[in-house]
Amino acid sequence: MNASALPIDAILAVVVVWFAIGLAGVAALHSTRLVAYGLFPLSALASLALAGYALAALPGGAQTAILAIGLPGLPFHLRLDALSAFFLAVLGLASAGISIFAGGYFRAGEGTPPGLMCLQYHVFLASMAMVLLADDAYAFMVCWELMALSSFFLVTTNHRIPEIQRAGFLYLLLAHIGAIAILLCFGVLQANTGDYTFANMRAQHLSPFWASAAFLLALFGFGAKAGILPLHVWLPEAHPAAPSPVSALMSGVMLKTAIYGLARVTFDLVHTPIWWWGVVALAVGLATALFGVVFAAAQVDMKRLLAYSSIENIGLIVVAFGLAIVFTAYRMHSLAALAMTAMLYHCLNHAIFKSLLFLGTGSVLHATHERSLGKLGGLMRYMPWVAVTTLAGVIASAGLPPSNGFVSEWLLLQSFLFTGALPNPYLKMLAPVFAAGVALVAALAGYVMVKFFGVIFLGKPREEKLSEARDAGALERLGLAWLTAGCVLLGLFPVAVIEVIDPVPFALVGRGLAQSGHIGDWMMLAPVTAERASYSPLVVLVATLAIVLVAILVVHRVYHGRVRRAPAWGCGFPAGTARMQDTAEGFGQPIRQIFEPFYRMKRELPTAFDSHPRYRVTVEDPLWAWVYLRIAAATDRISRFVGLMQRGRISIYLLYSFITLVTLLFLTQA
Amino acid sequence: MTSFSTQLVNLFAAVLLLIAFAMLSQRRIVALINLFALQGLALVGSTVTVAYATGQHHLYYSAGITFALKVVVLPLILHRLIRKLNVKWDIETLINIPSMMLVGIVLVIFAFNLALPISEFSRSVSRGTLGIALACVLMSFLMMITRSKAVPQVIGFLSMENGLFFAATSATFGMPMVVELGIALDVLVGMVILGVFMFQIREQFDSLDISHLEKLKED
Repeated sequence: MNASALPIDAILAVVVVWFAIGLAGVAALHSTRLVAYGLFPLSALASLALAGYALAALPGGAQTAILAIGLPGLPFHLRLDALSAFFLAVLGLASAGISIFAGGYFRAGEGTPPGLMCLQYHVFLASMAMVLLADDAYAFMVCWELMALSSFFLVTTNHRIPEIQRAGFLYLLLAHIGAIAILLCFGVLQANTGDYTFANMRAQHLSPFWASAAFLLALFGFGAKAGILPLHVWLPEAHPAAPSPVSALMSGVMLKTAIYGLARVTFDLVHTPIWWWGVVALAVGLATALFGVVFAAAQVDMKRLLAYSSIENIGLIVVAFGLAIVFTAYRMHSLAALAMTAMLYHCLNHAIFKSLLFLGTGSVLHATHERSLGKLGGLMRYMPWVAVTTLAGVIASAGLPPSNGFVSEWLLLQSFLFTGALPNPYLKMLAPVFAAGVALVAALAGYVMVKFFGVIFLGKPREEKLSEARDAGALERLGLAWLTAGCVLLGLFPVAVIEVIDPVPFALVGRGLAQSGHIGDWMMLAPVTAERASYSPLVVLVATLAIVLVAILVVHRVYHGRVRRAPAWGCGFPAGTARMQDTAEGFGQPIRQIFEPFYRMKRELPTAFDSHPRYRVTVEDPLWAWVYLRIAAATDRISRFVGLMQRGRISIYLLYSFITLVTLLFLTQA
Repeated sequence: MTSFSTQLVNLFAAVLLLIAFAMLSQRRIVALINLFALQGLALVGSTVTVAYATGQHHLYYSAGITFALKVVVLPLILHRLIRKLNVKWDIETLINIPSMMLVGIVLVIFAFNLALPISEFSRSVSRGTLGIALACVLMSFLMMITRSKAVPQVIGFLSMENGLFFAATSATFGMPMVVELGIALDVLVGMVILGVFMFQIREQFDSLDISHLEKLKED
């Protein structure tokens, strides 16, 4: 065997191992212990191996392989290049933590038995890996659909609950609408040659019209999977319905396969982006991000909140993607590399911290059987492990230094600062608006995360049963710790990470960030020049710690130094109860007030004379009523019109075919 | 000789068309079945003539099958069927007979127009009869549309097959033997199934009037 062909074979071997683990899960359908302590940890090792091989393959050139499965004469073409290696590494790193956590999480008696879950879960993992490797439209679509179907079954684990059935149906519907658009996109890309390999699509030179058609179809199709604005509705339904490790995998990794697809089509297959595509992506991405974060602030279900937060992060990634397109279209390659690095870095970060947060909610859910923020609180005392690891994820998600979330958002804002160099005056004027929007989103994300962490873990328990909550088990802790370590390390060593990512922008836009020499040294990140901007997470961390220590020391030594324990001021009420704490609704109220036009709100306020006062706010997605219900009504109307043709009389049906026949005959004659 | 057989084929074609018109205007079911048998006989005659004139031996076989099926077996089955169902006098059309004849004439003109460019390519003895075959198909279709009872519709379906068969023999010396056997079997099986259906319809509605089937429509 040729030595350079090693990584792709190794990755295929991991895929085979995943399939084998899945089948072993079915064989051990009722032995929960074996599935939990044997199969899932094994699968986590396979994920680590995948990440290792993918990272090793990242700097190398593209490798191809042909897998003779599927239809005769139509084998799977596979290709491992920098882009797919990067996303495979994301998949491996995130799924390693998720799988080990899943071993401790899946239990018997909660819908689908763990053995069967094991099969669906591993088919899902393997199909995602195959999507990233596929090098022809046929293999891509087969794996893409396999991914959609396996995740559908995972979402509907508790398939006896009607809401979950509904969520699963919505997900499946949008996944298929998206898949149709992707299929059409590939149809445009092959340019009537009939050859659906990506190699052939790369060789085609499309006219601007058809290239734009392909881009828009890809944006729609992959957008349905990623949750870009009008197509996001399945996310807040499916994520709460799925078991937490599945939500983590879907939000953390599956959404990234859609980003991969967008990048693959735009920068690799079409390879001549037009500037207005970038503006479309910027606008759609910013709208998605703003919408996601504003709705996240209004949620009272912790998993729905995270789902909206995922929409927000996908929006930011699409903004970076749009910026990369604009810079590429104007041949400003090093800036394109900067924007693309921001996009990839954020993909990686989001995969890690959002998985961590979803897993944290899973532990809380198992300990309390409660998803509503209104009934949680004060869990830090009872679940310190989960609380501390989740805090790391919350800091990352809020984009605070020195976490990893800060690095990517900072890179994104940095790349906005260079839009002044663009030759297009309108873009030059618009870009600061977009930058301000991104800054607003980042700030609101911080607000959302304070709400998420504060209401669940801080304060006093709002229900009595919460004091019985137990911390996560050993496997769950291991998974959480792995992802926490990811958050910390990715935040502390950005330069090393960017050097690893570098081959991807080099391959896609012809220039890398590290390769062009402007990156700074190991501790100081300076993406363009040190004079303009630089950031050192280690310095920030050390300075923050030093200030805190000094403050504590000053208070204890220099000031009076006495420790006094007294009840907190009760705002003048005679007795403070846990019910009087700030609730999720209360915390989100200012945002609901400011962004009122975004929501469809129904308020139920008590009057002064109610003997049982009730307060209820339901916040609904306006797009559901504006877009989806209208489409449904239009479909209904059209089908009623078609129903008019159904008369129930054979003579009329025969007449239809007679008229068709005569018309066709007439047309052939003419 | 060739011109004589051409004349003979044209004669049979004319008879076929005439019978199609007769079927379109016939009110009584027994007469309709007899007309159908007669149409089958005309078809056999034309097939044998074409077979003799061109020396295509397999056409003799198809003529034999046609004779056995369409002149003997199917009319017998139909006669037995209406005896059992007791619907001998039962007939009414949705459109009155004269206007149906007018529509039939329009169809014949249309079919001839349509067949004209095709028959110019044909070197067969029976060229020029393609229009008639097409007209037969369309008129049988018309009959199926305008009859409200099940038995005439079945006869319309069968006579449509006659038209198709005639088109096949006149344009290209018949279809391959396998196809012909297949179609013959289809017609036979279709007949049996439709017979069963007719019994079922009468069981359900006490009548063979298919307007009762409108009740099956979903609202």
